[in-house]
Amino acid sequence: MGLNVAFWILAVTAFAGALAVVTMRSVFRAALGLILCFLAVAGLFFTLSADFLGAVQVLIYVGAIAVLVILAIMFTHEAECGNLSGKFKLPALLVATLFLGLAGWAMLATHWPASSAEGQLPTTAALGSLLFGQDGILLAVEIAALLLLAAIIGAIAIAREK
Amino acid sequence: MSVGLEYYLILSAALFSTGLYGALAKKNAIVILMCIEIMLNAANIALVAFSRFSTPAQMSGQLLVIFSIVVAAAEVSVGLAIIIAIFRHYKDINVSRINLLKW
Repeated sequence: MGLNVAFWILAVTAFAGALAVVTMRSVFRAALGLILCFLAVAGLFFTLSADFLGAVQVLIYVGAIAVLVILAIMFTHEAECGNLSGKFKLPALLVATLFLGLAGWAMLATHWPASSAEGQLPTTAALGSLLFGQDGILLAVEIAALLLLAAIIGAIAIAREK
Repeated sequence: MSVGLEYYLILSAALFSTGLYGALAKKNAIVILMCIEIMLNAANIALVAFSRFSTPAQMSGQLLVIFSIVVAAAEVSVGLAIIIAIFRHYKDINVSRINLLKW
């Protein structure tokens, strides 16, 4: 019961945050809506018994990505672009509505395999052994680390003053 | 009525279409990047919901989300660096005026 109430509150908050990103006039307010959306998604991860992912969501999205976005907004505030829509506003609305209808229909019409098992908490140890354990995917973890390193070096090289 | 898989999937589809609308319609490059982040988050919700309701023992969906977050972090850092470099060069981040690569 408590989980249902939490889901509805968090779902409405996440959707309101996403709507704020596309409707707010000021880019900074849109970024605040984005942070609200990220926080609500972290809460949704907790209701899905994914405690580690909820914490990671708060750390990386709310902590790092939101700060990066706000930093970029402050760097570029002289552009005075605002949060305006281009000439593709109506086609974009059409495409988004069409996608929502198609995806919603496909999701409701498909019979998903269901399991009545409860989610196991805490998930941190289980995820760790899945990543680093005997039959783990250590190579993928190393490649992800390499990707992050390449992204950091690339970001420095691109954004550096010549 | 208990909240099941379909509720999370519909929420994920709604968030994804909001992000899709923003990414297609907006002119500000930073807002487009923010909308892409919303779309990635919507996909993450669907993955975790599948992991919770279909295969709660294996947790494969949660593993995928970890890598998705890593790629999203890499993407946003490079994307914002490109936006800052473009701003240095053109003093503008309006994508309808940055048309060097436009066909």
